[in-house]
Amino acid sequence: MSLTILNVIIAVVIAIGFAALNAAYLVWAERRGAGRIQRRPGPNVNGPLGLLQPLADGIKLMTKQLVIPGGADKALFMVAPVLAMAPAIISFVTIPFSESIVAHSMNIGVLMIFAFASLSGFSILLAGWSSRNKYGMMASVRAVSQNISYEVPMLITVITIVMMTGTMDLKELVAAQSGGIWNWNLIPSLSSPLMPVAFLIFFICSLAETNRAPFDLGEAESELVAGFHTEYGSMGFGLFFMGEYANIVIGASLITILFLGGWGCPLGLFPGVWWFLLKIYMLIFSFIWIRWTFPRTTIYGLLNLSWKILIPISLFNLLLTAGLLKVF
Amino acid sequence: MGAYFTEIFRGLQSLAIGLGITFKEFFQPVVTVSYPYETIKMSERYRGHIELIEDEEGKAKCVVCGMCERACPSGCISLASESVEYEVEVKGEMKTKKKKVLTKYDLNFTTCSLCGQCVENCNFGAITFSKDYNLASSRKEDFHFDLLNRLKERNS
Repeated sequence: MSLTILNVIIAVVIAIGFAALNAAYLVWAERRGAGRIQRRPGPNVNGPLGLLQPLADGIKLMTKQLVIPGGADKALFMVAPVLAMAPAIISFVTIPFSESIVAHSMNIGVLMIFAFASLSGFSILLAGWSSRNKYGMMASVRAVSQNISYEVPMLITVITIVMMTGTMDLKELVAAQSGGIWNWNLIPSLSSPLMPVAFLIFFICSLAETNRAPFDLGEAESELVAGFHTEYGSMGFGLFFMGEYANIVIGASLITILFLGGWGCPLGLFPGVWWFLLKIYMLIFSFIWIRWTFPRTTIYGLLNLSWKILIPISLFNLLLTAGLLKVF
Repeated sequence: MGAYFTEIFRGLQSLAIGLGITFKEFFQPVVTVSYPYETIKMSERYRGHIELIEDEEGKAKCVVCGMCERACPSGCISLASESVEYEVEVKGEMKTKKKKVLTKYDLNFTTCSLCGQCVENCNFGAITFSKDYNLASSRKEDFHFDLLNRLKERNS
């Protein structure tokens, strides 16, 4: 009994540690990447290659005073940042990094991750609403409509994959794609010829779900000051920031598991955690790359993209796959 | 219907082109010069504040004609001189002659507009623009330059 409790504690500590470390160093990677793309060095003063920058940022954020604006709903104001970070950490529990590295394998892992992912929409809504700030309010209105619009095509795509593999267990999803790149869900098969399109849809939706540029309408600096976290300082802001990056890791992990064969090697050799990490960090690099390439979309463009393009195409893909699965 | 798919395709194509450009830039060398640690070479024609030019003996080339002082629209140059007797051999006999020697060349940089009239008007090529741009101070006295002193410091 004590051993299982110890296991749980170790798993939780590792999940939090992994999430926090990733959040801290992805900020560094983001800033360095942004710098390189804009042909400047990025943070390079603190430590070699600026590697101590996250530490300095963390100390700065933690030592600042947490100011709660007058007229704000105190309880919700305090809950919102926690709600941004907690679901991301919880989602790490069920993500299988390799055959053996998984804190708790669930047979409905996919469902659980999406259930918690939708909570991050709540954190934005609560943050914007409780801070009694018109910019925050506008941002939360936008973010909620965005989250609702983009969860639909995302889940339709997931349903397509679940239909093909017949399982919601993340480990079995990866196992179904083992053996090499030709078994990955990314590659079109006889029963679902539109899989690359589905991958693209899922990729775009995960950008939108994590509120990443070019879909970062929730914090559009040029229009809404800082959006939903306008009124947040110190670690309240820090938690939103960490939550965003933890969500990016979750998104990249999900794409890897659902489409890119999880911990499997493209050639079927040496499957292991290193392949998983390589894939998620390549995806995260592409997230950063996209952020520093494209300007922010308008709210209309954003909603039109979802309702007029992504949802019809993903629905068509679902129906096509359902039909072809019966045929073949 | 056809327009719908063309628009999607065109959009994706333009996004890919944009990504290609930033990907190329990612591997280009950084152009930032981290200023206090690195500096770029000053251009030949940079016009900083003025500076005295020395002759072969290391003394100021200036003959104290005062043209710069008169040309200066802001009146920020002030000169002082003294007469010095010196001997020179003219047609086999020694003669004593007088000449002016510069004893003070003050530039009040707080009012200088860097117009360059002083350098233009100098008939003897005795002043030039310096390339000194690291000028920052909280006291205005720091911008009253004693150019003769600067010349001495440069030579020592």
